[in-house]
Amino acid sequence: MTVRTLPPLGPTRKLKLPREVERTLPNGLTVIALRRPAVPLVEVRLWLPFGKAHLARGLMMSQTLLSGTDTMSSVELAAELQKVGGGLSSGLDSDRLMISGNGLVTGLNRLLDLLAGVLTGATYPADEVATERSRLIDGIRMAQSLPAHLVRKALLKRMYGKHPYAVQTPEPEQVEAVRPAQLRTLHAARVRPAGGILLLVGDVQPAKALDAAERALSGWTGDGAPGELPAAPPLEPGPLLLVDRPGSVQSSLRLALPAVPRTHPDHAALQLANLVFGGYFSSRWVENIREDKGYTYGPHSTIEHSVAGSALVVAAEVATEVTGPALLETNYELGRLASLPPKEDELEQARQYALGTLQLGISTQAGLAAVASAYAGSGLRLEFLAEHAARLAKVTRDDVAAAAATYLAPARAVTVVLGDAATVEGPLGVLGPVRTETPES
Amino acid sequence: MAAGRSRIPATKHSVERFTLDNGLRVVLAPDRSAPVVGVAVVYDVGIRSEPEGRTGFAHLFEHLMFQGSENLEKLAHFRHVQGAGGTFNGSTHLDYTDYWETLPSNALERALFLEADRMRGPRLTEENLRNQVDVVKEEIRVNVLNRPYGGFPWLRLPPVMFDTFANAHDGYGSFDDLESASIADATDFFDRYYACGNAVLAVGGDLDVAEATALVERHFGDVPARPAPVRPDFAEPDLTGERRESYTDKLAPLPAVAAAWRVPDPIGDFENYLPYVVLAEVLTDGDASRLVERLVLRDRTVTSIGGYLGLMGDPFDVRDPTAMVLQAHLPPGGGVDKVLRTIDEELDRLAADGLAADELARTQARMATHLLRETDAVLGRTLQMAVLEQQRGDPGLLGELPRLVGEVTEEQVRAAAATLRPQRRAAVEVVPGGGAR
Repeated sequence: MTVRTLPPLGPTRKLKLPREVERTLPNGLTVIALRRPAVPLVEVRLWLPFGKAHLARGLMMSQTLLSGTDTMSSVELAAELQKVGGGLSSGLDSDRLMISGNGLVTGLNRLLDLLAGVLTGATYPADEVATERSRLIDGIRMAQSLPAHLVRKALLKRMYGKHPYAVQTPEPEQVEAVRPAQLRTLHAARVRPAGGILLLVGDVQPAKALDAAERALSGWTGDGAPGELPAAPPLEPGPLLLVDRPGSVQSSLRLALPAVPRTHPDHAALQLANLVFGGYFSSRWVENIREDKGYTYGPHSTIEHSVAGSALVVAAEVATEVTGPALLETNYELGRLASLPPKEDELEQARQYALGTLQLGISTQAGLAAVASAYAGSGLRLEFLAEHAARLAKVTRDDVAAAAATYLAPARAVTVVLGDAATVEGPLGVLGPVRTETPES
Repeated sequence: MAAGRSRIPATKHSVERFTLDNGLRVVLAPDRSAPVVGVAVVYDVGIRSEPEGRTGFAHLFEHLMFQGSENLEKLAHFRHVQGAGGTFNGSTHLDYTDYWETLPSNALERALFLEADRMRGPRLTEENLRNQVDVVKEEIRVNVLNRPYGGFPWLRLPPVMFDTFANAHDGYGSFDDLESASIADATDFFDRYYACGNAVLAVGGDLDVAEATALVERHFGDVPARPAPVRPDFAEPDLTGERRESYTDKLAPLPAVAAAWRVPDPIGDFENYLPYVVLAEVLTDGDASRLVERLVLRDRTVTSIGGYLGLMGDPFDVRDPTAMVLQAHLPPGGGVDKVLRTIDEELDRLAADGLAADELARTQARMATHLLRETDAVLGRTLQMAVLEQQRGDPGLLGELPRLVGEVTEEQVRAAAATLRPQRRAAVEVVPGGGAR
């Protein structure tokens, strides 16, 4: 057989950032527009700071925001959006209310008018609120039967204690208690242009897009008092928390480790340390517990950034019978990287992946909108991407070793496992102290 | 107040097609708007071609294609793609199996090398087979066995709707079948179905056509010629009476139902198939759609409803026989009979009274946005073109879809709705067996 050798890579293409234009309107709303003309569409993202809101009311508000305005029913609004190929949806997390949409670029003005109509005139009609309330409750019931949701819930509580981040899904009875008047009050107090960021990405002339946004949204006024969140508390390691799910054929393994915000000097080194450990397929941990031992299908480790803090979360669903060994290998790989620097080729591979996926991430309108809005929510602009790429290019093996020792040390991990306690408690107990809980009902 | 009918924009992707001497079909789709490329190789074999006693084999084999090849050790494929800044995956469908990379464009040649190497021969070893059987079992546990509504409805509807093994069996496979798979099975499967005459290579994105053509010839030109096997006819007669089954999902907290009807041949009768794709959206796209307005907002008999073509939600990359599927989740204590009756009623009303003045046009405008949005991503574009070349010899159809969807008439949508009769319907109901915790 002919031996063939891997062709070398061509010259690296320079990171090409689209031009970003920005304007702050008199009402306090910041509007950012980016041009990517590959398809005749436009993406819209409105990021509103929403920390510290009442959880059940906030969630119900985001669920019913598009349920009608002073001039349109929910069905009329949906039909008007469809006419320009448009759609809008709204979602809430502990930091923000995000209204996302897209449509044919020829319908941008109409899309913005409809968005403005919702922002200034959402009515929260009693009937629609009742429907959405039942749907949200059913959705929560459904989520509560999913292992991924149950383990996430236990992990957040364990990580954040009394901080507002600790609980991100309300209980059905809390949703049951929400009334339309409370939604109108919450909207009036918090759905405000000040501090908000509207992002438009697509086949647009950026300056014209800013004009269109100003025309449509300058009538949206009112002062807001964004709820400042206290900084997230540091993680407190302790016994492994085992949450019982009798009869489970897999265990959901989660470890939370400390991390830093994107602007922190350690961020680039930590990102590369995470990649070498478990942040992509060609990482030590994935090669070990999936490709060598076959314990799991889709293990992943990710740095999660929120306004009040960042965390590194390690996650795998493993067969019940190998729960102990899978945790052992996880701690081994964390400890190995925290104790010894990575090899040069491992670092280069992770670096190329980090740089390449920056390019891939911004190569679509929707991807560009996602990156730019995540940055904007942290007070950054797209140019940060270029600065970050330059920092990634400079990280050394020593930098990675230092970051791993600081952030990936297994001694600093908060560990939660959801699974069949009767089967896995013993095997987990031989690795360290375990505290077993049955989920609250 | 209302804006008029939106003009559906045309997009023109430049597409080059050619066939190498060994029979490999190639599609090149340059688009230099971002410095990235997508590479897709699609083999014309999927779940329907699995032999009896080997359920799940097409998918298991997809895993084996990543376990090393002629010049590459196990793990090398992943490392070379990601070490070039790219991402990769593969997936198994009813009628095809795909493999893809998306990378910064300076890594194009590397991706071609990797795909050519495994087209010449994957490294099939006992150790890797046993390892990947374990991995696939965990995949099935996480997606099917350990979660509520696992495999609903894509694994649950086919055995209700179809009678032949090819169309009805579980595409993820039974643990027994997976565990008894052998290297000999894998070698046979590769020899039979992974012939270069049975494959399409598509490359899209930041490329120069002449340069890319030379690279494709350099890497794939010496893959030994092997012809495509004859694809069997998987046709089955339509249902003549309603079929209805239910099963208890011990993890599910709430009831659910999926109903499906056979539709015209997506390839051979595209003109009559397309109205069903539009109909599914008229029925379920957002609050202004027929069934959402009626069942979710007015009657409150379902909490959500979705409609799509193809059991895997793949309207333009599935062959005959296939189905239109409606899938709904119900509130606690909800009755499936009532939901199915209301669906029948709404289909009757649509067939008899037609659509409201702007109903069709606005649905088509929204569909155009969805189609264009998928083609903005180099990978979405490249994969779709590969399958369109393989199944239709027409990758350029991708750019035509928004317009063709826009040309579907009210009469066609009404006629499609009129065929969705209860006696042609297969339905499967999930009986909740689990509490909320």
